[in-house]
Amino acid sequence: MKADVPKPEPALRIAARRLLALRPPRTLLLSSLTVILLFCAWVVVTETGLANPLFLPNPEAVARAFMEVSTEGYQGSTLIEHLSASLYRILVAFGLACLIGIPLGVLMGTSETARALLSPMIEFYRPLPPLGIYTLLVMWLGIGEESKLALLFLAALPGLIIATIQAVRNIDPIYVRAAKALGASTRTIVLQVYLPAAGPTILAGMRISLGFTYTVLVAAEIVAASAGIGWMIWDAAKFLLSDVVIMGLIVLGLTGVALDMVMRLFGQILMPWTRKQ
Amino acid sequence: MTTSVVTGQVDIKDVSVSYDTRSGRQLAVTTTNLSIRPGEFVCLLGPSGCGKSTLLNCVAGFVTPTTGRILVDGVEVLGPGPDRGMVFQQYSLFPWKTVRENIAFGPRVTGRGGDSPTIVANTFLGMIGLSKFADHYPRELSGGMQQRVGIARALANYPSVLLMDEPFGALDSQTRHMMQASLLQIWREFGITVIFVTHDVDEAVFLADRIIVMGASPGRVVANIPVDLPRPRGDDCVTSASFTSIRNACLRHIKAESRRAFELNAG
Ligand SMILES: Nc1ncnc2c1ncn2[C@@H]1O[C@H](COP(=O)(O)OP(=O)(O)OP(=O)(O)O)[C@@H](O)[C@H]1O
Ligand SMILES: [Mg+2]
Repeated sequence: MKADVPKPEPALRIAARRLLALRPPRTLLLSSLTVILLFCAWVVVTETGLANPLFLPNPEAVARAFMEVSTEGYQGSTLIEHLSASLYRILVAFGLACLIGIPLGVLMGTSETARALLSPMIEFYRPLPPLGIYTLLVMWLGIGEESKLALLFLAALPGLIIATIQAVRNIDPIYVRAAKALGASTRTIVLQVYLPAAGPTILAGMRISLGFTYTVLVAAEIVAASAGIGWMIWDAAKFLLSDVVIMGLIVLGLTGVALDMVMRLFGQILMPWTRKQ
Repeated sequence: MTTSVVTGQVDIKDVSVSYDTRSGRQLAVTTTNLSIRPGEFVCLLGPSGCGKSTLLNCVAGFVTPTTGRILVDGVEVLGPGPDRGMVFQQYSLFPWKTVRENIAFGPRVTGRGGDSPTIVANTFLGMIGLSKFADHYPRELSGGMQQRVGIARALANYPSVLLMDEPFGALDSQTRHMMQASLLQIWREFGITVIFVTHDVDEAVFLADRIIVMGASPGRVVANIPVDLPRPRGDDCVTSASFTSIRNACLRHIKAESRRAFELNAG
């Protein structure tokens, strides 16, 4: 009897299909063209001796640095160890920031009182340069892992809170009215109306916030780290090992793009209604 | 008379509504008294700004009357509640829920409807002829389909009163006629009280047991016109002589109102 009911495609499969075709072919082609041209420019500049190899090594040297650090390591840790140390810090700090920032944002978005009480704190520290905050965090928390996580956490937090407040405040009140007329409690309205309605904007805020957390990574790893991509870049720069520096930056950039794609994928699985048909 | 028609009495007693605006307090609806019988289909008809939505929102519990009170089955309205279903003009289905889950929302949060929410939802999906779209999201449906789901969502709570604020205003005339016919059918099946806001005279005459014509500045009831056309009403109903005469009576009141408003603004 139910044979003619069209089965919707499973979320994971659609998400996977969309990940494979994240952009239409034309834009993908154009984007690849930019990458290829940049790469060619790099080759030309280094091969013709236009650039000092001390500051801009050729692609081959960078690839060699990649192989070396991957197998033998840099200052006692392999590339994977550096990368996982950094990713661990970022993901733990960002995860905590989401756990605290999103509920806080929902609270501040729905309650004027909460917004008035809490926003001075966030507005004040948000524009402070990360390194400035970091010196204080080191004094308070020591030079260990705690101060690094705290810095990354503080970097992630305000963007998340502000995006969530915006998202919640921009919800069409008709949905709240509809839910009330259907007998929904405040709890149900928060969980089943505010959260999903704000979801897409919150996700956009999460992506921007994760990107910002990334930019703070090097600052967080400068002091007293012995592993981490940011630390590796910083340390290699002291010895003018520009091949390691550039390799580290490329790895950072690529993992950043990969993380962003994972977030979008999560978004499509958690919020199937936002999928483009 | 079926036994299901025992609830749905609406009493609007000395209700007036003023809004605080930048230019001071503005009277949107002056003292209004209105009694609606259980199972009655009442249309609020009038030009834009005469307070139709305001009055409806008072019954829904979204607007608190400045004076007076509203009773539904003898109980004073203090806020929105599942005993009064609401259908909005704009599409208000939750975009993040499938069609089935939209309809199941009411029974899920209130426990009304007896059966499991999914079973209730499936029943209503069948009734509105959209079973095939159960697992679709609202934006995949046409405007008319979405509004059918909106009606089903409101009815799934088995309310005693259904409140509708220009629910077909955004639809093309073809779809609109179809929706009017199926609304009457649903209303007959459920026997519930309907308060239906519109500014379309033909729509009001075709649907209503009684038309409340409203006028503006300030919003108030200017006429109470019974519509004693036989039911069920089909396509031939709109061409009948009695239809035309009721329609003309409504138009007379509306014309008198617009002339009054024009002179008010000119003077
Ligand atoms: N929230 C509000 N604040 C201030 N004034 C309002 C508010 N809602 C309505 N009004 C005013 O009250 C009057 C009646 O408005 P209402 O929306 O009830 O009219 P309506 O008959 O539903 O009109 P329409 O056919 O355009 O929907 C109008 O003058 C309107 O400007
Ligand atoms: Mg209105």
